[in-house]
Amino acid sequence: MSGVRVLVGTRKGAFILTSDGNRKKWEVSGPHFGGWEIYHLKGSPADPNRLYASQTSGWFGQLIQRSNDGGKTWEAVDNKFVYDGVPGTHQWYDGTPHPWEFKRVWHLEPSLADPDTVYAGVEDAALFRTSDGGQTWQELPGLRGHGSGPHWQPGAGGLCLHTIILDPSNADRMFIAISAAGAFRTDDAGKTWQPINRGLRSEGIPNPTAEVGHCVHRITMHRSRPNVLFMQKHWDVMRSDNAGESWEEVSGNLPSDFGFVIDVHTQEPETIYVVPIKSDSEHYPPDGKLRVYRSRTGGREWEALTQGLPQSDCYVNVLRDAMAVDSLDSCGVYFGTTGGQVYGSADAGDTWSPIVRDLPAVLSVEVQTLP
Amino acid sequence: MIRVVLPPHLRTLAEVEGEVTVEVEGKPTVCSVLDALEARYPVLRGTIRDHVTKERRAFVRFFACQEDLSHDPPDAPLPDAVAAGTEPFFVIGAMAGG
Repeated sequence: MSGVRVLVGTRKGAFILTSDGNRKKWEVSGPHFGGWEIYHLKGSPADPNRLYASQTSGWFGQLIQRSNDGGKTWEAVDNKFVYDGVPGTHQWYDGTPHPWEFKRVWHLEPSLADPDTVYAGVEDAALFRTSDGGQTWQELPGLRGHGSGPHWQPGAGGLCLHTIILDPSNADRMFIAISAAGAFRTDDAGKTWQPINRGLRSEGIPNPTAEVGHCVHRITMHRSRPNVLFMQKHWDVMRSDNAGESWEEVSGNLPSDFGFVIDVHTQEPETIYVVPIKSDSEHYPPDGKLRVYRSRTGGREWEALTQGLPQSDCYVNVLRDAMAVDSLDSCGVYFGTTGGQVYGSADAGDTWSPIVRDLPAVLSVEVQTLP
Repeated sequence: MIRVVLPPHLRTLAEVEGEVTVEVEGKPTVCSVLDALEARYPVLRGTIRDHVTKERRAFVRFFACQEDLSHDPPDAPLPDAVAAGTEPFFVIGAMAGG
């Protein structure tokens, strides 16, 4: 029987949750790297037993861990992330120039075809790649060297490159997103990049429709339709039907269009999920009710999914990398909270139950569907 | 023989328990001790000081003989007791975060 492996990064270590295809009984492994912040861990689509993890600490900096056995054992690989050339400056929160400084890896995106090739999105925002399984990392400087780089400003969480989407139909195309610069696309395997933010409107920047400067929180894509993108922006849920050339708002009847996560049902490319958060200063769900909202129409019309989720006195957040979907016939949806709960649904969101309740604050959730 | 005491997280990374020892040519300095430490335990590269600039990470401190050596020049000689192996060189994770 097939199964799933949920990879959970938290403020104090990594946890691996495994179950068979029924997704009712779970085994919990961890903490791995106890006491360290694990911003993200993800498995290779080409070799599910090859995992990569971003292990970081305010004291001791960045490490990258690699597993060749599905997370049973790990080995540290190279942790040297050095910007290409003279790093230069971006803007600080007050608009003054600030030198580019490496802080941590937010997101690791393994290649769709090669277990040894991985992209790393880092803070201060840049994209790195390894093609030797993490033994060495090189920056793809065309992104940071894009003419707008000196104008990028950090979001509240830092100037982080947090989203990397590889186009399954075109190996040269990739999408990334940076808080708070916006979304960018390459069509030549990372050599050159263009901002893809037309249609976004952000009131927190001097020109609300500027080419860059938007606080994009997350982008997602269904692999069968790589030109259709969904975005949870700081405020606003957005959709693009032309690979980011333009965006339109699809927030519709959501109780709040602020949030962090967004994901797409594995079998239904027009079914998407978000978790509305009350506001950017409150960072908890509206009315103390933890609700996932599902749209079966690609946005605009949303329904609240509440069964099994706390509907009173709930004031957790769900961070941008903390939702994932499996690819079983009845799509599984998973998300983690800053309160340490990881919730799962084996019926596409109709009903939910906690897989674990008391982990450290959850930073990221990924899932692997195993044969 | 230089005795080095690492903070718990770095001991876990290096897969060691208790003190570690390194050999250094000539009069030991912070720089030469860290060079030897990183050569013996490559996983520690970048965790105590920057890969490129070799600057001490902001929340790491160096103590020995009840003195804070964090701000001494990295090529300054360490105390004789450290060089003689009678006192350890401490790498400390700074108190921070409550």
